[in-house]
Amino acid sequence: MKQLILGNEAVARGLYEAGCSFVSSYPGTPSTEITEAVAKYPEVYAEWAPNEKVAMEAAFGASLAGRRSFCGMKHVGLNVAADPLFTISYTGVNAGMVIGVADDAGMHSSQNEQDSRHYAMSAKIPMLEPSDSAEALAFAKLAYELSEQFDTPVLLKMCTRVSHSQSVVETGDRVEVIKEYKKDIPKYVMMPGNAKKRHPVVEARTRALVEYAETAEINRIEQGESNTMGIITSSTSFQYVKEVLGDKYPVMKLGMIWPLPQQKIIDFAASVDKLVIVEELDGFVEAHCRNLGIACVGKSMFSNIDELMPLTVAAELSTPWETGVKLDAAIPPRPPVMCAGCPHRGLFYTLKKNKLTVLGDIGCYTLGAVAPLQAVDSVICMGASVSGLHGFSKAQQGAMDNKTVAVIGDSTFMHSGITGLVNMAYNESNATVIIVDNSITGMTGHQQNPTTGFNLKGDPCAKIDLETLCRAVGIRRVRVIDPYNLAECDTVIKEELNANEPSVIISRRPCALLKYVKHSAPLSVDETKCVGCKSCMKIGCPAISIEGGKAKVDATLCVGCGVCEQLCKFDALKAAKEV
Amino acid sequence: METKNVMIVGVGGQGSLLASKLLGRLLLGRGYDIKVSEVHGMSQRGGSVVTYVRFGEKVYSPVIDKGQADYIVSFELLEAARWTEYLKPGGKIIVNTQQINPMPVIIGAAEYPEDLAGKMRSAGIDLDAIDALSLAEAAGNAKAVNLVLMGRLSRYFDIPEEEWMAAIEASVPAKFLELNKKAFALGVNA
Repeated sequence: MKQLILGNEAVARGLYEAGCSFVSSYPGTPSTEITEAVAKYPEVYAEWAPNEKVAMEAAFGASLAGRRSFCGMKHVGLNVAADPLFTISYTGVNAGMVIGVADDAGMHSSQNEQDSRHYAMSAKIPMLEPSDSAEALAFAKLAYELSEQFDTPVLLKMCTRVSHSQSVVETGDRVEVIKEYKKDIPKYVMMPGNAKKRHPVVEARTRALVEYAETAEINRIEQGESNTMGIITSSTSFQYVKEVLGDKYPVMKLGMIWPLPQQKIIDFAASVDKLVIVEELDGFVEAHCRNLGIACVGKSMFSNIDELMPLTVAAELSTPWETGVKLDAAIPPRPPVMCAGCPHRGLFYTLKKNKLTVLGDIGCYTLGAVAPLQAVDSVICMGASVSGLHGFSKAQQGAMDNKTVAVIGDSTFMHSGITGLVNMAYNESNATVIIVDNSITGMTGHQQNPTTGFNLKGDPCAKIDLETLCRAVGIRRVRVIDPYNLAECDTVIKEELNANEPSVIISRRPCALLKYVKHSAPLSVDETKCVGCKSCMKIGCPAISIEGGKAKVDATLCVGCGVCEQLCKFDALKAAKEV
Repeated sequence: METKNVMIVGVGGQGSLLASKLLGRLLLGRGYDIKVSEVHGMSQRGGSVVTYVRFGEKVYSPVIDKGQADYIVSFELLEAARWTEYLKPGGKIIVNTQQINPMPVIIGAAEYPEDLAGKMRSAGIDLDAIDALSLAEAAGNAKAVNLVLMGRLSRYFDIPEEEWMAAIEASVPAKFLELNKKAFALGVNA
């Protein structure tokens, strides 16, 4: 049956059809929907792990036990899971194991735009790279075949435009795959003596995979009308090349991006006058061609910064392209903002008001860094707020401990904040960590996590108690505040900053977008009282604006959180019914 | 047939994903090759969002680049103005005249430009401007702006009404079906 589905949903379908029966992932844009979609198949056990390293190790365990397994993550998640990645390469698999990684060129929702292909090369693991949903489905299935044939985990590389584009697929039936578990110490116990013997196996495997790459159907050549130029490309770059040039020049379309064929590329290069490599981000294929001694053009034409677009391909390959009318008006940007009623807003207002240095983290609350709040000083990666705060505190010898906090979300804290907190307790830094607990993993679109009490399938499950957890690692001062209550936030934060030992403040209120959250009536402005002082504008709420010198609340956006009401000295903002 | 390109632009949270889902179902039923490219994640948080819908015999690129859009359906006035460069010469912009201030305007760091509809028309852009918010409210819910705009777009597509209705039935929950059909009809006839 023909269906129009997201690239991520197509991967999920491919996992299902390939007989995958174990999936463990950590959510991260643009990878999240793979795991959400696969969880809908009753034949597949699927879960959210606390982080990508745990997810990958769990998937390895499932493979070892004899079931086809999968773990999914975004590009930066693969950094977290890099430790098992490099050694699972040595052990190989029992049943097939596939690792999905989704890059985010253009950084639509990420803190960097690293190129995951380097991981395939350095961990010596084959990587398949689909260019639309049909290939995402087919390559997911092929990945399991290769995994078992070559005894290796296989990386399936997605990117934002393949993950989040819907295109047409034909679905098939599921096969069931069950392998027997066999104890095999030399293969699976990676201590030096055994690992030394496995490394040559890995190198031989790569040579065998190069042979496969030479003739693999997924590395295909599409003939062109003129051999004055030939193009090697993959993924969405392939789509842009075909969009712009059609069948003008021959194109080598790589479905396996590591290891790369050698003779096939040498022959292709010899068949064309000029070889152009069209690839997004780094010159990965280009470097391979140069290693083979082939003259080619790549990154001197197409930047290694930002995502590639069709117009760039057209401009660099001399294809005429007419653009539309640019309006002669200053169009203000529309950056993302915290939602109306977002519980993070009151907290960040309080941090800004107290002029605190804030080491931030990854989540919706990263938006605390944008105007008008601008209350975040640094954001690096998952968990870095807590561990960074410890270093900041020690380096300052405590001099700024009453002016510095870390802010981290509930899911991010479970991911990798807890280890930083252990370090603070163990090595005794006297600083304050604020866990913004909105009872969900927010930014990636509401996934459950170990603190929510529900699993991926939405069933009730064990719930980690944050207060108990923080106390257990040695933090004696643990306080809970409601971020809608500005006075309480202010008092407790001041008290904890001035305490003479490390502390954790849990700023707790569910995300305003959660379906079960009951909202209060929208506020409205009593124009007889409003003097237009703009105090209510300091929190950057999208529901509040100034019109004709008076504040105005957009009743369709306002959820009645009441934070603005607490800022108004003139009692002008009230719940609609009270005005 | 030559590939047709529709861009759906607006403010994160306005419901443009439902509009693209509806279009996808409609076009799949007609046997086209289709690509629908969406934005998830951080940009959805009240930021400027864009969805690309492309259909034809064979569609390669999942995105629409400058000068390629046959139609731009904008959920908000400023967002229509932001994307004019993407309109194909001879293309059409369908715009909801609703204005939503972006944060730089709210905090006074920028101005919401005056008379954007007039400016777009002066620039030679074929603009079909409707007050989709009022029509959605008339249909029973302000959130039905997406269906009002899809109704408007249907005026320019040579696709029978029953196919649109079937796509709506497949895309919205049963309890909101009548509301959405009403909103669609108001968009067609406004």
